[in-house]
Amino acid sequence: MVESDLHVLEHDLVPEHTLLSEQEAEKVLAKFKITKDQLPKIRKDDACIRILERIEGPINPGRVIQIRRKSDTAEEFIVYRLVISKELKG
Amino acid sequence: MMRGVSKRIGSIKFSALSPDEIRKMSATKVITADTYDDDGFPIDMGLMDPHLGVIEPGLRCKTCGNKVDECPGHFGHIDLAMPVIHVGLVKEIKKLLQSTCKTCGKLLMTKEEAQRKAQEWELMDDLGGDAIDYRLLAKGTAKDASKNTTCPHCGQEQGKITLDKPTTFREDGHKLTPKEVRERLERIPDEDLPPLGIDPNSCRPEWMVLTALAVPPVTVRPSITLESGDRSEDDLTHKLVDVLRINQRLRENRDAGAPQLIVEDLWELLQYHVTTYFDNQTSGIPPARHRSGRPLKTLVQRLKGKEGRFRSNLSGKRVNFSARTVISPDPSLSINEVGVPYEAARELTVPVHVTKANIEVLKAMVKRGSNPPLEDGRYAPGVNYVIRSDGRRMKVTDRNAEMIADGLEIGYVVERHLMDKDVVLFNRQPSLHRMSMMAHTVRVMPWKTFRFNLCVCPPYNADFDGDEMNLHVLQSDEARAEAMILMRVQEHILSPRFGGPVIGAIHDHITGTFLLTHKDPKFDKQETLSILSKVKHDHLPEPVVVDGKEYWTGHQLFSMVLPKGFHSTFKASICRNCAVCKKEECDLDAYVKIREGKLITGTIDEKAIGSFKGKILDKITRDYGADAAREFLDNVTKLAIGAIMVRGFTTGIDDEDIPEEATRQINEMLKDSVRKVSEYVQAYRDGTLEQRPGRSLEETLEVEVMKTLGSARDEAGQIAGRHLGMENSAVIMARSGARGSMLNLSQMAGCIGQQAVRGERLSRGYWNRTLPHFKKGDLGAQAKGFVQNSYKSGLTPTEFFFHSMGGREGLVDTAVRTSRSGYMQRRLINALEDLKLKQDGTVRNTADMIVQLQYGEDGVDPCRSVQGDAVDIDDILAEVLGDDAEALARLEEKKVAGYATMEKDLMETIEEEEVEEPEYDAGGGGGED
Repeated sequence: MVESDLHVLEHDLVPEHTLLSEQEAEKVLAKFKITKDQLPKIRKDDACIRILERIEGPINPGRVIQIRRKSDTAEEFIVYRLVISKELKG
Repeated sequence: MMRGVSKRIGSIKFSALSPDEIRKMSATKVITADTYDDDGFPIDMGLMDPHLGVIEPGLRCKTCGNKVDECPGHFGHIDLAMPVIHVGLVKEIKKLLQSTCKTCGKLLMTKEEAQRKAQEWELMDDLGGDAIDYRLLAKGTAKDASKNTTCPHCGQEQGKITLDKPTTFREDGHKLTPKEVRERLERIPDEDLPPLGIDPNSCRPEWMVLTALAVPPVTVRPSITLESGDRSEDDLTHKLVDVLRINQRLRENRDAGAPQLIVEDLWELLQYHVTTYFDNQTSGIPPARHRSGRPLKTLVQRLKGKEGRFRSNLSGKRVNFSARTVISPDPSLSINEVGVPYEAARELTVPVHVTKANIEVLKAMVKRGSNPPLEDGRYAPGVNYVIRSDGRRMKVTDRNAEMIADGLEIGYVVERHLMDKDVVLFNRQPSLHRMSMMAHTVRVMPWKTFRFNLCVCPPYNADFDGDEMNLHVLQSDEARAEAMILMRVQEHILSPRFGGPVIGAIHDHITGTFLLTHKDPKFDKQETLSILSKVKHDHLPEPVVVDGKEYWTGHQLFSMVLPKGFHSTFKASICRNCAVCKKEECDLDAYVKIREGKLITGTIDEKAIGSFKGKILDKITRDYGADAAREFLDNVTKLAIGAIMVRGFTTGIDDEDIPEEATRQINEMLKDSVRKVSEYVQAYRDGTLEQRPGRSLEETLEVEVMKTLGSARDEAGQIAGRHLGMENSAVIMARSGARGSMLNLSQMAGCIGQQAVRGERLSRGYWNRTLPHFKKGDLGAQAKGFVQNSYKSGLTPTEFFFHSMGGREGLVDTAVRTSRSGYMQRRLINALEDLKLKQDGTVRNTADMIVQLQYGEDGVDPCRSVQGDAVDIDDILAEVLGDDAEALARLEEKKVAGYATMEKDLMETIEEEEVEEPEYDAGGGGGED
């Protein structure tokens, strides 16, 4: 696939994605008292992750992404997703 | 009775059976296609061999020696003369053939590539993947491997493997026999299997090509003896007979050295029979049929679909302690009660443990036997069974009742009849939401129907035109406690769907409160007492004295059922949304004001107490709790019925009578409109019609015509409406929201209006016209489905036909909608059924994976929300600021623009549709579900 120049993260409808440091990720896991594999997933070849990689450098499977998105009920809601390799899911 | 968990399943493994395993577990080899001999005894080594289990009572199994029901049945096997492909596994076989070398059998991948794949497997183990993930990974490996056209191990050029559905494999166009396929699969080394998703310890790929066929026990395919004495065999037996017969012929021909062609034909025939034995709906081959022409029901058909083993016997089962009968209304019952007929109550039982405290009561019950007569005309529960401490069940009969009662001991369990106040679950299908199954308390009553309060009709979507409902008796204290807390009717007054009441007053209840409160009428003592006769109250309010006579006002009577200190302000259904609201001075008496639990002004109608809309109901449930709301509903409905009975209420076709003058006006107006339409048509033909932006000339004409005829109908309705005042019963019902709408009335009294299919005027039928009665290309009002008459005046034959066309669309829509939404619901439920809200507020699935970090993202229970919002700011404002006019005005404003109102408006339109439906199936009666 040809990498597009489009910066999806700048699009209005794409929520804000940020890469969490390992320590921050640990904090999140501790907060919910879970292990990494219990988090929702996001694929490594997801458009947002590819853009994030341009900024942050390579993101390996196992890292945690924070997504801050608009919610109908809570106005703003933060979710966390675990980066997985592209072969998994779908 | 076994209780608790005695064994826990650790894991389940599914795999393919090896031919050796099939032979090892086989009780007998089956070689002959015959089942029974001339004397009717099963033939040894036939399909009904007594080694395969017993189906006839009295006989013993030759394998295990047990009788019917004790013998689980035993498998047999057929040795196939030539190998055949298993239809269920062709996809796997294809994958394996494509990703392995044709000569050396190794995976078409270099060591390094394989290494990388292995790492991915490990990663998946770490990050947590489900069965689907692993399958996808295996699929990916196979795909990558099959891309290599030469074997990296032996350098062999690979042919292109294609699958000719359903079971023929080809390599570069040349047929591969199942035997060749099997040989190839045999060559795949064990170590190359794990990357392809196969565990070589439990399954070898060559087992996917069958050399031995397991024959299921006779208990799986019992033969039945008809009255005539003939035996009729199960479909599976029939199919196995076919397999055996061809297998036999194939073996004979092959051994006799018959020409290759004949052997191949027979081989293919065997493949066909084995394929249809597994799945008789395999695409690409004709289904095997019974002599009568009915397709055979073979293995896959037994399992698949709605009537298959999974959906009808495993996911869903028929249960004991349940009853089903016709329902009917009983306004004297509380909303959380259900009337159960004597007959049903004597059949349904509740197990009671005998203790020191209840032994005497239970003894008396047992003494009554299993079918006691009424005591002083009252129902008294008896007992059907007594279970002793050793687990033996004793049936209680009239003869042994005394004896069993005397022998009753602590530790026994008594299965007593259903009695008042027992907790049961009550359900009406389709169970679309959680309010479709609620817990009621029992009231045992004479006659043969289940009865319940009319307020509970909306959540069940029940009416009484022949509907039936199910009832389940709870059997344990835990279940009863859980049902009482979570499933009781009053706990469901507020719906999680829109955070408002689903249970509320309907029809006559609304008419009743309307009559009671509209313009605050006065009632004398006799009337007052009659109205209040069924309502719970301790004393009458202070009467109004006029000319020395005592009167009570409607507002006073309604206030009696309101909880103490209740406050509320809103506009009733009859409100016409005047430009400037006169508030308390409203001419229509539509401004409802309740202070300190007293109704000050306004009319109580659908907006106040109706299901889906009732504001008072909503607020009471929220502020005073479910029990208070239940009491309020019980009382207000009884009050309403009292009120409606004092005045009397009826409606008939003469409610739509309008003066001749009005009829003339309507006709005149309609004639005008029709003329206007023909003018438009003329203008269109002359080319003088002004085209609208974004529309073609034809569309412009249609829009103009539709608009003209639409307003014609409305105007007819208005003219008719002028003569239908608030003293008219039909108008009272429509305005108060009890039943029907003003549109319904104007269609009865004024004009039915334009009929439409797919939102357009009728046009299909004959060439360029709807019916042969019109000129070709006629675009006038009558020719394209405008119905000038009213339901009352009656339709002309062409109008009647057009009306049926419009009506048909509605029917088809409903039919399509129900089936489609049913399937959507099924998929949705299958996706959501094992999600669970955990204590920490997260939503997780059964694997404990997080689905949502906070329920609904705001953690709000929609049931306890105010139309979706966590807090009702308006209500708090009103409470704090009291009758501060400014604050209230602001509040009104917000309500019009708010998100909540939008959603609610949406609800209301849906309601309207639902109200329309019964008109079509009202005559349906019994064929309801």
